[in-house]
Amino acid sequence: MTPSYYLLLSALLFSIGAVGVLVRRNAIVVFMCVELMLNAVNLSLVTFARINGGLDGQVMAFFVMVVAAAEVVVGLAIIMSIFRTRRSASVDDTNLLKY
Amino acid sequence: MITALLAQAPPPASTSVSVGEAIAFWILGPLALLGALGMIFSRNAVHSALWLVLTMLSLGALYMTQSAPFLGFTQIIVYTGAIMMLFLFVLMLVGRESSDSVVEVLRGQRLAATVLGIGLAALISAGVFRSLVNVTPAPTLDPYAANGGGAGGLGRIIFTQYLFPFELTSALLITAALGAMVLAFTDRHKKGGKLPQRELVKLRFRGEHDRPSPLPGPGVFATANSVAVPALLPDGSIAPESLSAIIESTSALQLMRERKLIADEGPKPDAHALVGGDSVAAGTDEEGEGK
Repeated sequence: MTPSYYLLLSALLFSIGAVGVLVRRNAIVVFMCVELMLNAVNLSLVTFARINGGLDGQVMAFFVMVVAAAEVVVGLAIIMSIFRTRRSASVDDTNLLKY
Repeated sequence: MITALLAQAPPPASTSVSVGEAIAFWILGPLALLGALGMIFSRNAVHSALWLVLTMLSLGALYMTQSAPFLGFTQIIVYTGAIMMLFLFVLMLVGRESSDSVVEVLRGQRLAATVLGIGLAALISAGVFRSLVNVTPAPTLDPYAANGGGAGGLGRIIFTQYLFPFELTSALLITAALGAMVLAFTDRHKKGGKLPQRELVKLRFRGEHDRPSPLPGPGVFATANSVAVPALLPDGSIAPESLSAIIESTSALQLMRERKLIADEGPKPDAHALVGGDSVAAGTDEEGEGK
């Protein structure tokens, strides 16, 4: 077994997340699938850092975590405000940005 | 803890990873995949969140096996501790029953998405495998050395080489916190919002309000106090104002027919039901012949 198996796992997780974004209709579940894709990329970054024998990949994964935290806060606030006006969390109901 | 112990095992000189790490990978990797698939396939959004927690925990343990203990613990604390709890919080606020609709809006979208996903997975993994054929992995860093993958080495590199991006993340976090406050804030006392109780009572006494009384509470005239039980008016019909829009068991649509029937707005009984469809026209014809 070589470290590239980690990259294979990361690719599979990323693809599953992408399929989830395309298939699921609940906005919160779509958001969770985006989080899964970010996590998969984090795994590949950590694996690259390990293959390289350096720490730069780990620092990048750290920054990705920070950005993901900020993104989750703003995204969930947007979903909440949409739910407050539309009474729905489905992405099909939100086909107009106005009204 | 086991994985942390496995991480400090001395790395072998060859390209392959140690046996302990391989065992940890073949346990944690399928668990992560199981969590991801469970998240996609479970209809309930809360179950999806819990499956995603499983995936994130497995990924955190995988970071630890790859001699990145700081990132592993950060993953567990930040993702499964903070972010997923935030998700569950919003799920409870938005309503647990806001599950997915089974209706496919675009025809064939699921099939196309599955084909695209399999293609994407094949493309990425083929590319990664081909590019890593001749690569010899470096010996893994000791997380407990000064420049290793532990918190010490990571802190050293963040505060020297990556200092400016690190300072930028503080601006990002402040902006995100402000944005979330602005987006989630609702002003209850602004114009057109809720009136204070005193003004409301005055308006009701003068008849300037649309209702002289508060909205009917659910179920107080019926046999139950449950929110799911609609209130009944004195004539036995259902008070439409007491129906909650987000409760499925007594939805307003479901009771609409009954309400119309009681209010005499529904389909009227047909007086000529026994005679037949053409009875009216036939009757007039007979009268005409009789004359």
